[in-house]
Amino acid sequence: MTTTMTSASRGGFGYRHPRMRLAGLLTPPMLWLVVIYLGSLAALFLTAFWTVDDFTGQLVRTFTLDNFVEVFTNSSYYVVILRTIGIALLVTVFCMALGLPLAFFMANVAPVRWRPVLVALVLTPLWASYLVKVYAWRAMLQPQDGVLAWFLGPLGLDGPGYGFVGIVITLTYLWLPYMILPIYAGLTRLPVSYLDASADLGARNARTFRSVVMPMVFPSIVAGSIFTFSLSLGDYITAQIVGGKVTMLGNVVQTTYVTNLPFAAAVATIPVVIVLMYLFAVRRSGALDNL
Amino acid sequence: MHTTRLLKIAAVGSIAAITLAACGGSSDSSSEAAGGDAGGAPANEAYAGPVGDGEGAVNILAWPGYVEDGSTDPAVDWVTPFEEATGCTVNLKTFGTSDEAVKLMQGGGWDVVSASGDATLRLIYGDNVQPVNTDLVPNYADIFDGLKMQKFNSVDGVAYGIPHGRGANLVMWNTDKVTEPIDSWAPTFEADSPYKGAVTAYDSPIFIADAAVYLMATQPDLGITDPYALDQDQFDAAMALLEQQKELIGEYWSDYTKAIQAFNSGTTAIGTSWQVIANLAQAEGGAVEATKAKEGATGWSDTWMVAKDAANINCAYKWLDWIVSPEVNAQVAEWFGEAPANAKSCDLTSQSDFCDVYHATDDAYWTDVYYWNTPTAQCLDGRTDVQCVPYSDWATAWAALRS
Amino acid sequence: MSLSRGTKVILSLVALVAGAFIYVPLGVILINSFSSSRSLTWPPTGFTTEWWGKTIDNEGVRNALWTSVWVGLVATAVALMLGTLLAFALGRYRFFGRETVSLLVVLPISLPGIVTGIALNNVFTSFLGGLTIWTLIIGHVTFCIVVVYNNAIARIRRMGTNLEEASADLGASAVRTFTLVTLPMMRSAIIAGAILAFGLSFDEIIVTTFTAGPGITTLPIWIYQNLFRPNNAPIVNVVAAILVIVSVIPIYVAQRISSDDDRGAGVM
Repeated sequence: MTTTMTSASRGGFGYRHPRMRLAGLLTPPMLWLVVIYLGSLAALFLTAFWTVDDFTGQLVRTFTLDNFVEVFTNSSYYVVILRTIGIALLVTVFCMALGLPLAFFMANVAPVRWRPVLVALVLTPLWASYLVKVYAWRAMLQPQDGVLAWFLGPLGLDGPGYGFVGIVITLTYLWLPYMILPIYAGLTRLPVSYLDASADLGARNARTFRSVVMPMVFPSIVAGSIFTFSLSLGDYITAQIVGGKVTMLGNVVQTTYVTNLPFAAAVATIPVVIVLMYLFAVRRSGALDNL
Repeated sequence: MHTTRLLKIAAVGSIAAITLAACGGSSDSSSEAAGGDAGGAPANEAYAGPVGDGEGAVNILAWPGYVEDGSTDPAVDWVTPFEEATGCTVNLKTFGTSDEAVKLMQGGGWDVVSASGDATLRLIYGDNVQPVNTDLVPNYADIFDGLKMQKFNSVDGVAYGIPHGRGANLVMWNTDKVTEPIDSWAPTFEADSPYKGAVTAYDSPIFIADAAVYLMATQPDLGITDPYALDQDQFDAAMALLEQQKELIGEYWSDYTKAIQAFNSGTTAIGTSWQVIANLAQAEGGAVEATKAKEGATGWSDTWMVAKDAANINCAYKWLDWIVSPEVNAQVAEWFGEAPANAKSCDLTSQSDFCDVYHATDDAYWTDVYYWNTPTAQCLDGRTDVQCVPYSDWATAWAALRS
Repeated sequence: MSLSRGTKVILSLVALVAGAFIYVPLGVILINSFSSSRSLTWPPTGFTTEWWGKTIDNEGVRNALWTSVWVGLVATAVALMLGTLLAFALGRYRFFGRETVSLLVVLPISLPGIVTGIALNNVFTSFLGGLTIWTLIIGHVTFCIVVVYNNAIARIRRMGTNLEEASADLGASAVRTFTLVTLPMMRSAIIAGAILAFGLSFDEIIVTTFTAGPGITTLPIWIYQNLFRPNNAPIVNVVAAILVIVSVIPIYVAQRISSDDDRGAGVM
């Protein structure tokens, strides 16, 4: 809900010049975001068109498209890109599969007085260090001697080991709270009167869920998916710790950044473009208001 | 309306300004040096001295294990005595690969770096280091002659650093997982290796040289004489070997602590390693062994270099003299597991035959150890009929391999 | 909406599975912090409290903790100012380009951290000559703004302008209205945003590795360096366990604040 401030009949400078006030409000944060953040992104994008000296590794400022050509023609990089997108999508799906029922449980099944406790329980893992959680999964996934192998041993199974599966499991674990909380917030904001009205009109639970609840909760789900998708797309530390020899886009950027910044910048534009496309696509769904 | 439009114009303008500045800025000088070690080094003056009072701090970039202050093992500490003797507090950052070291040096803020041969020339020609005035380092006189003024730490008779010590990259194995005796790289490269999925390798483009060393023994008709001087055919053969090896690999490592953990827990059964990793793993109760493979190995002969604009130049020189002094060099060599640089250290090691075990004076041992060097287009083995593959292409090929 | 018993049971079971999924790894961390094995073999061969003692004595941890707290506080303070200003601008005014700006604000959190990291690193090393603790803080402020903004704008949208207009009608100047009417209404959203921003900054590793100057060690950097070190790996587990325990405080505070209003603000 927005309102434009109308000039008051009394009051100081601020009231008589709403545009000046807007400028005053906008300038400091915009200076920061545009100059520092966007500016550095633009500078990075610019370096993608440069190259490095063969021997010293110093930047050579001559325009070239070689970096982009290399990324898009060398099939090894297709594999990484597709693999990374695949991981991000899988993680998002799994987070939804686990998070939606849990959020629903918290919002509609659990007694109301449990809610603060449940929210706290979901928030708590966020405060355990990201690195330590990934390391805990390294211990859990270890083949033959890990925690999961210990549980599954009697069943004749082994731990999943390090690799694609390990990465997906770990990333799902890490980002699950980021999916649960927006959905929970969306569900609690759902006016009970809507549900009553739907029931009064004769709809059964399934129909109410499909036609009333889901459309209203959908923006929250999409908001959660923005986090799980983009956080997975750019991650590289998890792959280093539980990925074995499997690499993601972030790893490619990280390893090439030390020797060849222009090439790393070219690779880095790929996840940026993907995320931007995703953000544009979901803008309509109102998810951005539900972050 | 006018103010918001003004804001938008200002925004676009500042982005344009930054990008234009990035275009025209001269803070990075692009070097036109076309490789090779004959001329072209930036003309910098070494510190004339004398070494005066310390500035209070020194910022050191080093390989892990070179600068120990008791935090890894309370009994292993040669930093605190240095700080007490000179008043220079040591600020240390370790790196996992030479590429990281070069990148960090380019970022600035460091005084001293321990650079391997695959970093030294890049730092020299990239104008990141200054020549070292060896007269200001009294202990330099006692260093083995075979380490001084080498191709990778000097240019045209100008010394660019103080030699640190040398060692070979070893093949290491977990004796619980590997019951046969190991003396060769074959189980880490051959497709029929029984350790598929549990092999490890060093995660850096320089590892391509290790594949080349193996090819020198197994495919002599390729004609490789220097694993850092590979023409396109030889390079392609090395990359093919590495693709084959990738099927065997469980994890690559550049963080030595991760390698220790992987070997000890059995995640890794066999692979490339350093002596310090084997030492630490065994200290933790791990069942590991390590040895130099019969096909030969890559290795390192490191050099302490001084950054071009080192702010703490006096502390830097004090550190150089300290780290190659007989007692400290003996401690470092024993901790890291490498041959010391200072000849007098051999009498001071706690293990009396340390220098013999590490072949400090045995030149024959080092004939098949190929110290890390920087591949250039101008072949390092002297061939003029072909172009060799330069390091930047090694890096690109390695990035593609790891994808 | 009245759910059938069957649906409730199924939901409860799934919730239980999800809850177990969330807490088992944390349990592993806690158990390992008491494990007497230094290489953290599983199951633990014995139990000891020596790691807890060693953590408290460990100077590296204490310095890293202090650095993280300091950086977090400064970054949160700056982000609070910038984020709230931005929220007011976008929440109260219509202007050309507002959609674009609201998309721009979300970028620092949605774009991969490594991209932000190398972009900032590139600018800092090329133009500012190097990295310091201030470059680190700049990096943290950039993504903390988003979190503060989200909380603030959610509140602003629900607040309406009636009270502020009433205050103006009664003769208060803009500044007075802001301090006596607007800010108190915003208080809980601002505090929630501050807590989240601090938490984000405290745990951040990716942008941090690219923007921290030489010698600057925040807690995540310390953990990253010691994750695999045999002597310190158990200490890392203890640190994590302590963080979880201590986090009860800000979580409790955030809960109390958000229960002051009828509905919580967006949590991110």
